[in-house]
Amino acid sequence: MLVTFWVIATFTFFLMQTLPGSPFNDERLSESQKERLYERYGMDEPVPLQYITYMKNIFKGDFGVSFQYDGRSVSNIIGERIGASAVLGTQSLIVGTILGIILGIIAALRHNTSIDYGAMVISVIGISVPNFVFAGLLQYWVGVRLQWLPVAFWEGFEYSILPTISLSVFVIATIARFMRTEMLDVLGQDYIVTARAKGLNGFSIIIKHSLRNAAIPIVTILGPMTVSLLTGTLVIEKIFSVPGLGEQFVKSIMTNDFPVIMGVTLFYSILFIGIVLIVDILYGIIDPRIRLSGGVK
Amino acid sequence: MIIKNKELTDEMFLPAKSRNSTEQISRPANTYWQDVWRRFRKNKAAFTGLILITLILLLAIFGPYANHYGYDEQNLSRANLPPKIPILERFPWIGFNGVDINGVDKYEESKVTGYYWFGTDNLGRDLWTRIWKGTRISLYIAFLAATIDLIIGVAYGGISAYYGGRIDNMMQRIIEVLVGIPHLIVVILLILVLQPGIISITLAMVITGWVGMARIVRGQVLKLKEHEYILASKTLGAKNTRMIWKHLIPNSMGPIIITTMFTIPTAIFTEAFLSFIGLGLQPPIASLGTLINDGYKLLRIYPHMLAFSAIIISLIMISFNLVGDGLRDALDPKMRK
Amino acid sequence: MDVKNLQVSFDTYAGEVKAVRGVSFHLNKGETLAIVGESGSGKSVTSKSLMKLIPNPPGRITSGEILFDGKNLVTLTEKQMQNIRGSDISMIFQDPMTSLNPTMTIGKQIMESIIKHQKLPKKKAKDKTIEILEMVGIPDAVKRISNYPHQFSGGMRQRVVIAMAISCNPKILIADEPTTALDVTIQSQILELLKNLQKKMETSIIFITHDLGVVANIADRVAVMYAGKIVEIGTVNEIFYNPQHPYTWGLLGAMPNVNYRGEELITIPGTPPDLLNPPTGDAFAARNQYALEIDFRLEPPMFKVSDTHYAATWLLHEKAPKVILPESLNKPGLSLSNEKSKESLMKKTDKRQKLLEIKNLKQYFRTGNKQFLKAVDGLSFDIYKGETFGLVGESGCGKSTTGRTISRIYNATDGEILYNNESIFGKKSDSESQKLNQKIQMIFQDPYSSLNPRLTVADIIAEGMDIHELYMNKKERMERVYELLETVGLNREHANRYPHEFSGGQRQRIGIARALAVNPEFIIADEPISALDVSIQAQVVNLLKRLQKEKGLTYLFIAHDLSMVKYISDRIGVMYKGRIVELAESDELYQNPLHPYTKSLLSAIPIPDPKTEHTRKRIKFDEKLSRNGEEEEPVLREVKKGHWVACSEQEYLKINNKDSEVISIYGV
Repeated sequence: MLVTFWVIATFTFFLMQTLPGSPFNDERLSESQKERLYERYGMDEPVPLQYITYMKNIFKGDFGVSFQYDGRSVSNIIGERIGASAVLGTQSLIVGTILGIILGIIAALRHNTSIDYGAMVISVIGISVPNFVFAGLLQYWVGVRLQWLPVAFWEGFEYSILPTISLSVFVIATIARFMRTEMLDVLGQDYIVTARAKGLNGFSIIIKHSLRNAAIPIVTILGPMTVSLLTGTLVIEKIFSVPGLGEQFVKSIMTNDFPVIMGVTLFYSILFIGIVLIVDILYGIIDPRIRLSGGVK
Repeated sequence: MIIKNKELTDEMFLPAKSRNSTEQISRPANTYWQDVWRRFRKNKAAFTGLILITLILLLAIFGPYANHYGYDEQNLSRANLPPKIPILERFPWIGFNGVDINGVDKYEESKVTGYYWFGTDNLGRDLWTRIWKGTRISLYIAFLAATIDLIIGVAYGGISAYYGGRIDNMMQRIIEVLVGIPHLIVVILLILVLQPGIISITLAMVITGWVGMARIVRGQVLKLKEHEYILASKTLGAKNTRMIWKHLIPNSMGPIIITTMFTIPTAIFTEAFLSFIGLGLQPPIASLGTLINDGYKLLRIYPHMLAFSAIIISLIMISFNLVGDGLRDALDPKMRK
Repeated sequence: MDVKNLQVSFDTYAGEVKAVRGVSFHLNKGETLAIVGESGSGKSVTSKSLMKLIPNPPGRITSGEILFDGKNLVTLTEKQMQNIRGSDISMIFQDPMTSLNPTMTIGKQIMESIIKHQKLPKKKAKDKTIEILEMVGIPDAVKRISNYPHQFSGGMRQRVVIAMAISCNPKILIADEPTTALDVTIQSQILELLKNLQKKMETSIIFITHDLGVVANIADRVAVMYAGKIVEIGTVNEIFYNPQHPYTWGLLGAMPNVNYRGEELITIPGTPPDLLNPPTGDAFAARNQYALEIDFRLEPPMFKVSDTHYAATWLLHEKAPKVILPESLNKPGLSLSNEKSKESLMKKTDKRQKLLEIKNLKQYFRTGNKQFLKAVDGLSFDIYKGETFGLVGESGCGKSTTGRTISRIYNATDGEILYNNESIFGKKSDSESQKLNQKIQMIFQDPYSSLNPRLTVADIIAEGMDIHELYMNKKERMERVYELLETVGLNREHANRYPHEFSGGQRQRIGIARALAVNPEFIIADEPISALDVSIQAQVVNLLKRLQKEKGLTYLFIAHDLSMVKYISDRIGVMYKGRIVELAESDELYQNPLHPYTKSLLSAIPIPDPKTEHTRKRIKFDEKLSRNGEEEEPVLREVKKGHWVACSEQEYLKINNKDSEVISIYGV
């Protein structure tokens, strides 16, 4: 894990170094003023020195100072913006996962019927159509034409509904497909036949026996799922003008605000690595085969 | 247990004359791929997807030549015209009659006599031509990226799995580190540095994308190595090249093709995504991504600009996903005899 | 239970497959009925239908009655069946690895049915579960009740499965090939367990299997199934000593009897029919050498041979001609001690040259940091030109690894292997390596993974020739391929077909043809028949024997089926934990086993002869006990001429009662 992080950090650093132009292109600044700015931001020192400073600062949690918002520290910016994104992301994840699991189970139980077929078609659409297309559709029809829900900004719970829906479509679709495959796989296993042979009825077979076995692998895709959500927020926040971290990131890209770009990148990376770690640990706890790798007697 | 009382003649109890050899096979010979194609065709969704892809490909190649408007002809007097198609214009509810959402017939208003099938954009350029040209570019980037991904991925995964041991371990370590890096972040950073362009976008996607293919190929080859016909080849004295080209790769084609089928929509999505956050291709080049981005700005007033490119990109992604799914099902050897 | 004319079909995309076409039998209280048949006979489908466990769709019971306890099970609703399953009738399945839910403790799984059917409160159910676990022989039941299935070995898991099945004192227990996936010694333990439980609980057992030896061991009555029908049914003695149906003759003749050594096994040519379009008349007619004209026109009804013995064959009709049975079927249970052949074998041994010498072979595999799996740990033996050397042992003993090391798939960790007095390891020039590849060839176990599904049969067979460039032009290549196909009993037309169109037995023959294509001298056969049906096994074994005679081949035959190994081998080595513990000529080994492990193994093989089975005693092998607290590693010593046993000095002296001069010691 740490190696990955180090690679990203170094990569980001050197990438920033190679970017053409400087953020201080304002003609109003005189040469001396520019020099002072450079000095302030440490951009006049030789590259290796800058690198070391950079790494040291990261460990302290200091990602530097934003160019665009004069003087504000990057960490400060991140801290301010993370709220909205966190809410959006978590909401989408929870809603998406629950709906996805339910949809997947229903599709598996009604295998090869029109319900199954329909659910799968919906899933394919859900993972294929880009989320900004959905967002656009929702904005247009629900927000403008029907005027049921607000389409921009972040002033209350109802403001989060459309963005959450847009983000969670992908989650629902992916998890539904996955759950369906797993469920079908489990239902075909020998131990389910054993359970039937014991005289257990359908309901208890599904809930007690299949669910746990089918749901455990979902934990493995939570990692990549979070990444998708993360990148999804970049677009969705921009479309719905949600004041979150994603929107900030996009803005910073447009304004070449390097410290913010780097800072947010590193932050996202830490987040992602952290989630992968948690997922690994979770998987080990839930699956008794791993938890108790007992000896054979 | 009851003996039937039927007329049984004596001659029925003579020993039977010899019949056909017992080693016959009744069915005609089918190669593996013929079988796969048969199963694939039966899957209606997948087959539909295939047809859609073919349609879109054909339109992408021939579409821009269908009408006489150029790709980059700007004509401000014809800006923002809604779509208008002959014959279909008789049915107002479809929306191809040149009338915008306020009910105004813009063609009359601007005194335009020609038909713009998909309408025009804010600079008066014909959208039909631009969209199909854009599709071409998007598809080109996607196929290019997928092909390079395939080459690198197959080589890396194949070598890693075939030689095994320490080489495999080392190569796997590298992959583990790379997998932990979120793709889109790297792509964004790379585009920032390299400046958007067809090659740079393709490059950025390839650098992050080959890992997936490598892992699949490695998994497949490792599985195949356990099959006894590989061992048999070895005892017969087969050299490495023979093993790889005659045995391992043909039997890995399945997962390789499936993965490629799923790489393409990912690439298209990435390109559109980049345009959306401002890192897409620059004008005058148009791709589906840039068209969507442009269309977005005028969503509320002139929805037709976004609608067509959004629909087409969705169709492309849906069909590739359907075909990929269908292939995955068709390649699954559930039946043995 | 009384089953009348049961018919079960499956609706597949190709049409309706009639898996069971009219099965009738009755089951008495407290008896064991064995249903025997090969793959495709319909025995598994029948057993599952008794409990209505066939998934619907695509399967359905098209007609017939299953009368149990005054009710016709076919007409009951699913809910009513659920009450019967697990409490009145229960079932155990073949694969203990997958029959248990991996994420539920075994305690919970057993308690489930107790709670549901007997309505006991949790505490009482737990006590009962512990009681049952102890009854099936699981030690430390109180602690192990909260273990998960993966913490048990295969045999233990099967006991858990049995515990689940008997937990509610069922009247009928259906056992679907419960021991097929287990080692021979574990199998005999489980069979004993079942017999004990039956005595205690007066349960009737329906036991499904393809192994006639197991049938002889455990059954009271036997039903033989073929192509979805019962072709013969009777008491176990009647079936084994007075079989009437040609298929039963075929089955009995195809199994080599350890007590009898003959020349060729009786085979049943061809393969079972396609149940999508069942043939008219007797389904077995096409493969039946005793078929009559009427067999191809009308299905034979059940003819009565005695009150308990019925067979469905036109041969029993009064107008049918009398049939003379082949020798081997009339004399089961007689042991032929071929003193003469033994002597001649001895003489040959002295004059023969050693083709393969293995000295102290070690093969270790890394299983993580600093840990090794010692698959082969000091193996030594020789193989002489022209003989068949059998290598037996249970799973995990290292026999497969040995085969693969000899064919140089693996590089040995230590030790030496000499072929024709030259080491096969070490640096070799290309041409030397090539020559060895030609001389030593291998046949593999799994017919489904031993052929490349993308290549035609011709390409597969010719691969060796292609590599070594053994032909001038394409025509010659194809000629050779045709020749080989015919040698192994297939047709020329098969050359441009693909492996998936062939049956298991045919695929194995293609594998043999492939090995023969390079004109080898020495063939290693790694469990070549384990995955095949009994009647097909006989075909392949006969082929191997014939080829050996015709081409003067030397075989190393690796297997765990001891009766087949004894039949085909001249000398046999018994492996245990990576070493040979006993080595002798086949007859000698079986008549006079010295090592405790060999004795235990031999006592566990089921013999298809009810009289001997019922009077045999099981010998258990306890490794620690046999060491007698000795520190030194046992070494192979020649105890009699040609008979080697792994033992310590002291044991050797005890056996021989001679002075301490040792004739020769392997592996020093």
